[in-house]
Amino acid sequence: MSAFFTYAILTATIASAIQYATPFLLAALGETLGQRSGVLNLGVDGIMLMGAFSCYYVALQTGSDLLGILVGIGVGAVLGLITAFMSVTLRAQQGISGIGVYIFGLGLSDLLFVRFVGTPLPVNPLPAVNIPLLSKIPAVGRMFFQQNLLIYLAFVLVPALAFVLYHTNFGTKVLAVGENPAAADSVGISVTRTRYVTVVLGCTMAGLAGATLLLLDGIFQENLTQSAGFIAVALVYFGAWRPAGVMTGSLLYGVVTAVVLQWKSLGIIPTSAADLAATAPAVITVLALVALAGRFKQPAALGKPYVRGA
Amino acid sequence: MTTTDVQVGSPLRAPRPTAWRRLLLTWLALPLSALAALLIGALLILAFGADPITGYHALLSGAFGGSYALASTAQKAVPLLLVAVGICIAVRASVWNIGGEGQIVTGALASTATALALPNLPAFVLIPLVVVVAAAGGAIWAGIAGFFKAYFNVNEILSTIMLNLVAVQVMNYLLSGPMINKAQSFAITGSIPQTRLLSKNSWLPTIVSGTQLNLGVVIAVAVAVAGYFLLWRTGFGFRIRAVGLSRDAAAYSGMPVKRTIMSAMVLSGACCGIAGAVLVFGSISHRMVTDGSLTGFTGNDGFNGIVVALFGGLNPLWSILSAYLFGGLLVGGTSMQGVIGVPTDLVTTIEGLVVIFVVSIDYLRVRSRIQEEAQRLGQEKEGVPASAGRSLLIKLVRARP
Repeated sequence: MSAFFTYAILTATIASAIQYATPFLLAALGETLGQRSGVLNLGVDGIMLMGAFSCYYVALQTGSDLLGILVGIGVGAVLGLITAFMSVTLRAQQGISGIGVYIFGLGLSDLLFVRFVGTPLPVNPLPAVNIPLLSKIPAVGRMFFQQNLLIYLAFVLVPALAFVLYHTNFGTKVLAVGENPAAADSVGISVTRTRYVTVVLGCTMAGLAGATLLLLDGIFQENLTQSAGFIAVALVYFGAWRPAGVMTGSLLYGVVTAVVLQWKSLGIIPTSAADLAATAPAVITVLALVALAGRFKQPAALGKPYVRGA
Repeated sequence: MTTTDVQVGSPLRAPRPTAWRRLLLTWLALPLSALAALLIGALLILAFGADPITGYHALLSGAFGGSYALASTAQKAVPLLLVAVGICIAVRASVWNIGGEGQIVTGALASTATALALPNLPAFVLIPLVVVVAAAGGAIWAGIAGFFKAYFNVNEILSTIMLNLVAVQVMNYLLSGPMINKAQSFAITGSIPQTRLLSKNSWLPTIVSGTQLNLGVVIAVAVAVAGYFLLWRTGFGFRIRAVGLSRDAAAYSGMPVKRTIMSAMVLSGACCGIAGAVLVFGSISHRMVTDGSLTGFTGNDGFNGIVVALFGGLNPLWSILSAYLFGGLLVGGTSMQGVIGVPTDLVTTIEGLVVIFVVSIDYLRVRSRIQEEAQRLGQEKEGVPASAGRSLLIKLVRARP
């Protein structure tokens, strides 16, 4: 155990915790936006997989990570339009239509991978960008300011989303549509348009989350996300639909994951019990869902399709 | 704005539903969803530079060509059907059990441990015992999520998915540690996590010689029939459906809503648990084997069963047919891969599309019912339809599971 509490290992663990947390954070922030407008999107994991694969394929072919990220975002937006069409226009049951998108994304991403790539070759992971001055701070610099650009972007999006939700006209519309769509409709806010915008933006962020996850290791494999998208949805509940809460949850998840992996490699957890230790994040999530259930009110219209005239 | 304008602009005043249209939205809706998914699948095959006709021909003959293929398909359909019946029961209570994967795993682990501990029991005792233990294993795992749903209002979709992740890791731990086949030579088997060969007394007997078809088929069909009778012929089933249609209305009429939700989840998990036992004791290897991945043991049956149940109209009896068709899709997918080289992931993709289409079409079906209702009312009294139809639409959209 004492090996864990050394300066170098602690800072490295925190640094990797932040990396693990980032895909969850991006996907969960996008999901927060959608849920705040009343749409429960459970297809996040499928969209992340498609985003990750398309980013991987484009980066592999062109050698450009940036192009890969952009295509990953684009694929997320397209799947977002499909999701919005189903849950807003066709008023489909949101829980299960999302499972459809998940199964679709799970199948298609591996189908394309096996057919067009086959043998997995790594792409270049995103380089770390040292923030001037801040990265020179002992410990803190190593942990927080020597990361890649997508990680900085994800954490910048936390206050950005909070600002949009609570301090802009658009945010007010989103909250109104999520709490009482009939009232919003009666004052001339388009429920359909608002929800389309939030769902497409949310799925765009899921696509970006997939790309981020991929670029951490630079290699794609079947079911790369390992249900990360579902965990991201759970983190939205955990964070009580608030960007700062979602960030706290993502960081907690990242820390638990990083510590378990670090302990495993240090031999603090015996190899035989590593599988059991790997259940820790999921167990914590379930317990957190139970502990927090009922403490915070979910958006009143969450998961309910809107029919004018209610 | 005049009254006429409202009616023209209203979706409720769409063209009069003809008999053909009604047929399209009832009996033809599901087959057309499947057809649309298969067509998109054909486009994907084309995109891969392969021939969809050759591919689908290989799929069909691999799934349904000859008695061996028919039996393999039936064998593949067994766990799908068991999970689907479980999904039907849960969803009829308006609880989405997405935890089939985890419940299959816990059912399989519990029954495998039982068979390993009591290898000398005679077959007529051991087989029923392992099935019951498997049902209990699945029921407990689902019951956790059911309890949290009923008494803490925790979203069951999220909790069941988290429990899937936990169950798979526990399985990986047990199969590569405490339950591993200690006799196996590492050099021969590599590091495949698997148990030792199970007692012959626990093997599900073959019912058609020369094929893999075993007692599992009988168990699955019996569970489906029992599920149907439970839902539509018992007071308990009535309560499940009442709670599913409207939790508030059921509560007002004095039904124990929380207990019903919990019981529906438990029963749902029991069905999935039995699927786990069938996967172990009906397997060719007669061991519990995995490859360490999330779907290594279950073959994704926990999710495939959801597709089967939706395609079977959330009715256990129709799920028998639906399971057989999807079993065929999965078995045939392997043949197709062999012939045209398109990976079996195509089948997963098609399944996802089927779910998307079936769920999407649901609203059109509801709307069509409203239109008919509005017209019926319109014949009685002019001016009633729009508002009456609307309030009914709202009720139906809210009530449907």
